[in-house]
Amino acid sequence: MIRFALPLAVFVLMVGLLGYGLRLDPKKVPSPLIDKAAPSFSLAMLEDPSRKLSTGDMTGQVWVLNVWASWCVSCRAEHEVITALAKRNLVTVVGLNYKDKPDDAARWLEQFGNPYATSVIDSDGRVGIDWGVYGVPETFVIGADGLIKYKHIGPVTHESLEQKIMPILKELLI
Amino acid sequence: MKSLLMLLLIGFLINPAQAAIEAYEFDSPEMEADYNQLVDELRCLVCQNQNLAGSDADLAQDLRRETYEMLQQGKSRQEVVEFMVARYGDFVLYRPQFKSSTYLLWLGPFLLLVIVLVIVVRRLRAAAKPIEVDADALADARNLLEQDEPVNKVESDK
Repeated sequence: MIRFALPLAVFVLMVGLLGYGLRLDPKKVPSPLIDKAAPSFSLAMLEDPSRKLSTGDMTGQVWVLNVWASWCVSCRAEHEVITALAKRNLVTVVGLNYKDKPDDAARWLEQFGNPYATSVIDSDGRVGIDWGVYGVPETFVIGADGLIKYKHIGPVTHESLEQKIMPILKELLI
Repeated sequence: MKSLLMLLLIGFLINPAQAAIEAYEFDSPEMEADYNQLVDELRCLVCQNQNLAGSDADLAQDLRRETYEMLQQGKSRQEVVEFMVARYGDFVLYRPQFKSSTYLLWLGPFLLLVIVLVIVVRRLRAAAKPIEVDADALADARNLLEQDEPVNKVESDK
């Protein structure tokens, strides 16, 4: 009996593991920054480079950091979703303009609309490295305690907004 | 036709991967060795099956620059690795650290080897052991073989 049972058990185990592996997206690398303090920055604002926004200004409130760039095609796809989120006026949505030219970025916002409370300029991508950004667009949810609660890799869709981001925001805002 | 062949050959000679390498100057050969080892062992997160040294992605360039600058500031190799892991997770390491969550990864192959060795040794021992046979049954069988007449004649044989 064990002659058949053992290979069968091994086979079932392998199929189970491989099946689970197929469902994972290798492009999504879990961030080690979840539940850690948001890396601090102090960056010039796109609208007015003489003014700066720093992470310290945001403490005490729940906010969303959306990493975008005018050269990023999927940012265009998620733009309406970010706009929809900002229009709900639940949280402050800050843009991190990643490795972009300020002129291009300003033109892009003019063309597609500007949902951001402000966008800050990360022209050499150094703040991006601190935040572990490796694929634009990325979206972070930061709690009032200054900890990163959630990171979304790739474009936010209406489904992922409703199913992933909104529940987290609601919990944080209670 | 010939010129077309020439063009193809030239195309092969210009390798885009080689064009991507920046020329960094190092204070010491040790630092250069550290740099080369780091960019060899750190993964590019954009093109996930390449290391930093082999990738032409924008992020890989930035991370090479970051690595170079950290070494220039006198940081050790371990500090650069910790910097990368803090931001991108263990996934950036092509050579994972030896810690509780990676014990299975490092020791698993040896564990499998031990299990297989145990199974093989047990099988070999079982095969080498003489099979125990009841002495009476053996005598019976011998008697049967020595008889001239088959014990059970098959009916259809006549």
